[in-house]
Amino acid sequence: MFSGFMLNAWIIASIVAVVAGVVGFFVVLRGNAFEAHALPLGSFPGAAAASLLGINSFIGLAVFAALGVLGINRLGGRGKQGVATALSLVFLLGLGALFFSFTNEYAPAIYSFLFGEVLGTSTSQILLVAFLGVVAIMATAILYRPLMLDSLSPDLVEVSGIRSSHMEILFLLVLALATVMSLPVVGALLVFSLMVGPPAAARSFTSRPLVAILLAVAFALLTVWIALALSYLSDWPVGFFVGSLGALFYGLGRGWMSWRPFKRSPHLLQRSAPAQ
Amino acid sequence: MKTLLNFIFEPGFFSSQPVLTALFVGGVAAIVSAVVGIFTVIRGQAFAGHSLADVSSAGGSASYLLGINPLLGFLGMAILGAGGMELVGVERARGRDLATGVVFGAGLGLAALFLYLDVTTTSTSGTTIAVLFGSMFAIPSRTELLVVIVGSVTLTILIALYRPLLLSSINPEIAAVQGIRVRLVGLVQMLVLGSAVALSAISVGAILSTALLIGPAATALRLAKRPNLAIWLAALIGLGAVWLGILLAYDSANWIPGHNLPVSFLIVMLVFLAYLITGLVSGRGGIVSAKIATPLRSGRS
Repeated sequence: MFSGFMLNAWIIASIVAVVAGVVGFFVVLRGNAFEAHALPLGSFPGAAAASLLGINSFIGLAVFAALGVLGINRLGGRGKQGVATALSLVFLLGLGALFFSFTNEYAPAIYSFLFGEVLGTSTSQILLVAFLGVVAIMATAILYRPLMLDSLSPDLVEVSGIRSSHMEILFLLVLALATVMSLPVVGALLVFSLMVGPPAAARSFTSRPLVAILLAVAFALLTVWIALALSYLSDWPVGFFVGSLGALFYGLGRGWMSWRPFKRSPHLLQRSAPAQ
Repeated sequence: MKTLLNFIFEPGFFSSQPVLTALFVGGVAAIVSAVVGIFTVIRGQAFAGHSLADVSSAGGSASYLLGINPLLGFLGMAILGAGGMELVGVERARGRDLATGVVFGAGLGLAALFLYLDVTTTSTSGTTIAVLFGSMFAIPSRTELLVVIVGSVTLTILIALYRPLLLSSINPEIAAVQGIRVRLVGLVQMLVLGSAVALSAISVGAILSTALLIGPAATALRLAKRPNLAIWLAALIGLGAVWLGILLAYDSANWIPGHNLPVSFLIVMLVFLAYLITGLVSGRGGIVSAKIATPLRSGRS
């Protein structure tokens, strides 16, 4: 289970889980779940376009992720929650339908782009993913304070001289980066499961942001490790286990919230952010 | 005149059974989705709508394993997902998003499993594409009857509950004061959303069905100020995009030799184009921007 190609799978899935935990904390905090889904799913036709043109799939993914950020940011009128994201997403996926129609070779490729191909990773890919992962985490660390402030109160962040709309687009870019690095490995749909399930669960257990981030990373790591092991043993797709475990962790978190004796405010920022 | 008609409608368009089925099923799906979409956009439930669509793909792929009509698979899973989201769902907008996301994640996991089993056990490698991106010209016969039933039940519920649905979409507080059971109406809205999504999923595919749900509705809400006018407009736009898309796909065989453009692609692009153009023409306006923006914004902080 830990030899050869499986070792690569363990390493790369762990890197992805750490990044998903950190970035996912802000996804959950800011209510960007739809964007965290739309960017990965909308980017995957980019990989198909890249292979039609014969270029590196990371370039295709990056271009489509950038298009997604642009669309989400530009298309929306005020207050039309989710409409811009939904339409950007279907536009990119519609292009995907076109690309896929040009050849029949895609059926297995589509499946692995959607649900991941953890077992087929090479050592050079690990280096690239690790590099992009470090960049994504560093970007999140640099943006930590303004992101926290902006998630707490967009008005407050404007007072401190930062434009709330800038924070939104910066965060979308971080999200796009996390997407591009993890998509070829865990698949478009699972990036999302990792980014929402574990962090949402983590937030139910603690109200301190840094502890929540660490917990989210821990849950995400547990999720991918258990999923990999089960998938290795059962031969069923990793995605099935990642999705179910993500939901399970969230269920545990919700259970904990309603069971524990002293109910603290579930809204972590109202208490802890000023102390940071 | 005849040559002009022949130019627009390639010979055989109206006598081909798959085309007629596609026109019919796609048409019903477009109308139902557009009408449901108006409520979905007003309520800010685009994400829930899209999630249901993706979750329903688990049902669509399971139907190939079980050998039942795909519409039943899509519908069953969409209804289950809708119930799940409403059960886990919290009142606050953001909590609702999370609940959606988690049900969604679990549903995607199931889709991964069923598609995997489809590919490995039934050796139909095209299933993934058919379920996710649609196969409009390969809708199984006898689906029409099911489509009529699901479509008319959905529309009947919508007409019967038009007032409470609209009021609780625009302003839940006022609706509650007027004695409307907002929670129950919310559940009905989710179930109706589920069946609209299932209808669209068998037409343009699960992950593209959001185009029919959100696109025409968002376009119509840009143009019309009154909800009932917006509903008619949305249905027209949706129907127009689907029928024009089917026609273009059929005719496209002559543009690039040996290659038909995919129907789903054409329909999505037409829907998208309509949204872009109305954005340029109308500037801003419509009921959503004015009335809905305020509560949603304040709900975020």
